[in-house]
Amino acid sequence: MSNAQIQTLTDRVTTLAFDQHVLKAGFFGEQPFFVLADGAIHLGREKPALRPHDDAILVVAADQSRVVTGGDDGKVIETQPDGTTHILGDEKGRWIDAVTLGPDGSVAWSVGKTVRARDGKGKIRDLTVPSTPQGLGFAPKGYRLAIAHIDGATAWFPNMDAAPEKFDWKGPHLDITFSPDNRFLVTSMQENQLHGWRLSDKGHMRMSGYPGKTRSFAWSYDGLWLATSGAEAAIVWPFAKDGPTGKAPRECGIRPARVSQVAFHPKALVLAIGYEDGWVILVRFTDAAELLVRAGGDGTPITALAWDKDGKRLAFGSESGGGGLLTLPV
Amino acid sequence: MAVPEGLTMTATTPAHTPAPAGKIPVTVLTGYLGAGKTTLLNRILSEPHGKKYAVIVNEFGEIGIDNDLVVGADEEIFEMNNGCICCTVRGDLIRIIENLMKRKGRFDAIIVETTGLADPAPVAQTFFVDQDVQDKARLDAVVTVADAKWLAARLKDAPEAKNQIAFADVILLNKTDLVTPAELREVEARIRGINPYATLHKTQKCAVPLDAVLGRGAFDLERILEIEPAFLEKDDHDHHHDHDDHECGPGCSHGHHDHSHDHAHHHHGGLKHYHDEHIQSVSISHDGDVDPEKFMPWINDLVQKEGPSILRSKGILAFLKEPKRFVFQGVHMILDGDLQRDWKNDEKRVSRIVFIGRDLDAEALRAGFLACAA
Ligand SMILES: [Zn+2]
Ligand SMILES: [Zn+2]
Repeated sequence: MSNAQIQTLTDRVTTLAFDQHVLKAGFFGEQPFFVLADGAIHLGREKPALRPHDDAILVVAADQSRVVTGGDDGKVIETQPDGTTHILGDEKGRWIDAVTLGPDGSVAWSVGKTVRARDGKGKIRDLTVPSTPQGLGFAPKGYRLAIAHIDGATAWFPNMDAAPEKFDWKGPHLDITFSPDNRFLVTSMQENQLHGWRLSDKGHMRMSGYPGKTRSFAWSYDGLWLATSGAEAAIVWPFAKDGPTGKAPRECGIRPARVSQVAFHPKALVLAIGYEDGWVILVRFTDAAELLVRAGGDGTPITALAWDKDGKRLAFGSESGGGGLLTLPV
Repeated sequence: MAVPEGLTMTATTPAHTPAPAGKIPVTVLTGYLGAGKTTLLNRILSEPHGKKYAVIVNEFGEIGIDNDLVVGADEEIFEMNNGCICCTVRGDLIRIIENLMKRKGRFDAIIVETTGLADPAPVAQTFFVDQDVQDKARLDAVVTVADAKWLAARLKDAPEAKNQIAFADVILLNKTDLVTPAELREVEARIRGINPYATLHKTQKCAVPLDAVLGRGAFDLERILEIEPAFLEKDDHDHHHDHDDHECGPGCSHGHHDHSHDHAHHHHGGLKHYHDEHIQSVSISHDGDVDPEKFMPWINDLVQKEGPSILRSKGILAFLKEPKRFVFQGVHMILDGDLQRDWKNDEKRVSRIVFIGRDLDAEALRAGFLACAA
């Protein structure tokens, strides 16, 4: 980015320090929260951190009303905004590999080759897949779970007896996401590319050319763009009409450091980008303007990045436990 | 990062970043069931070294490991590089290491214990193929524990056992108290027939000083100083684990040699020369420089074609008009090479490569390498 162009928002950032790897940041309404790898959940700065697990937290998923964590104690625990916790699952000390949240209070997690889906009423259904899943993701509509694993993905309706549907593509798949319009399923792969399927006909899409693995996805509020990490810019694929096949992605926030986190603004085409060198910037699609949020901090990768519901505040955290809260000018 | 096509560096770009001190060392423990892996593991964990270890065990493994941080792994292997059979990595290991690395200050090193049937290659390759793992951790050595009483039989009926010996940087020939001196020599000879380069320690109850198995830097190019076969006496004299060795005198007569009785050779263990039917090592040396313009394409092409049968490779080379030694090491198709220190004034510029592999065509390797002579 050219310095002439960049505006700064750094004076609107409150700096936070956690001293431990930040796994996830988010908001319960006005209240920001931060989940740390050592097992701490910070709900607002004035309260002491919660530690619902015996030890470390491995995986986290969150929405507006709950944080669900999987720990190395084998437990899956839901934490609510008021700090109450519920044990949703106990895998007897086995590491929880993935967790995701679905509609109406549903949640899914995986441990080894077993995937468990728990609906809002507490009914748990299991599915065994041929290889250990790396990522899970619920469909935007209906109670349907997608599972990424070696050689493809599986889409499963946990409350229906129909056989899960297979989406084949050779190679190890990592994270998985449905498009908000429920027309596409996209995975990141070990071999530095994305793969996508059109749900209607299982048509394939390959999105390649990344120098690193994509470990962060974000859909724009209108569902027409998918922003991804893994390159020295946020790579943003167009999903209008038939998807990205044959179209070039937008490259936003080109810098000499790899993008580690992306988060789309919930109401505007503004993308928050976190980098491996600790920088955070915002890119506005309409005029390509770049706004500086954080100029590196202690230089460790941004590992958590999230907007609040209205897009007025942005929370971020880093590998070494640096963090911050941006409040946008009204 | 995808599986590298081969050596990407050339003799003119000394761009290797030395292993930063910050990377967590990883020791891989292999060995057949019952050979003593768990004994060794507990020995490592219980000695008063003040170090904290994270231990990754296979979920079907022997139990009874006393450590704060023990993680069960399912040894899930996947193919990379368009499904090439030798370009395999451990998916679960990538995930576990990624998660462990988020725990600042909780441990100083990682030990990965594999099942008795495991092929060490996917474990080793994980540390060269996955960028995230490579950024945080480095493979220190593959340590194989073998049972002196049963190894000879396992080498005949279990290809995995042979693979683990072939792959090892360090071999603990354990339970030596359960065999006769003659049996011990026999099994040593079998091991050397497969892998003459590993450091071998003869032990009872895996009693070795920890620095014999930890902090080896076996994959560290800076530490590949020589690639001479490692003979047994060196170890025995260092550690005195073996009470069966003797100094031979003029009157010495043995029935255990099936080749000409040469005392110079005899003192290197008095071992029979076994040539394993399937796994062997090939060492080729050229008294002078090689041309990097010829060598690089040759070695890259070789591992692309023969990668599945080459288990390990190593080399120290004198490149034409290059004052520094070029050092490489490889696992199947993955090569890691760099220019190292200068050749010393009193050091002869010799180019030497070794391969350990399955059904290697020694003559073709020799001809190919010697054609790279400058
Ligand atoms: Zn291969
Ligand atoms: Zn003798």
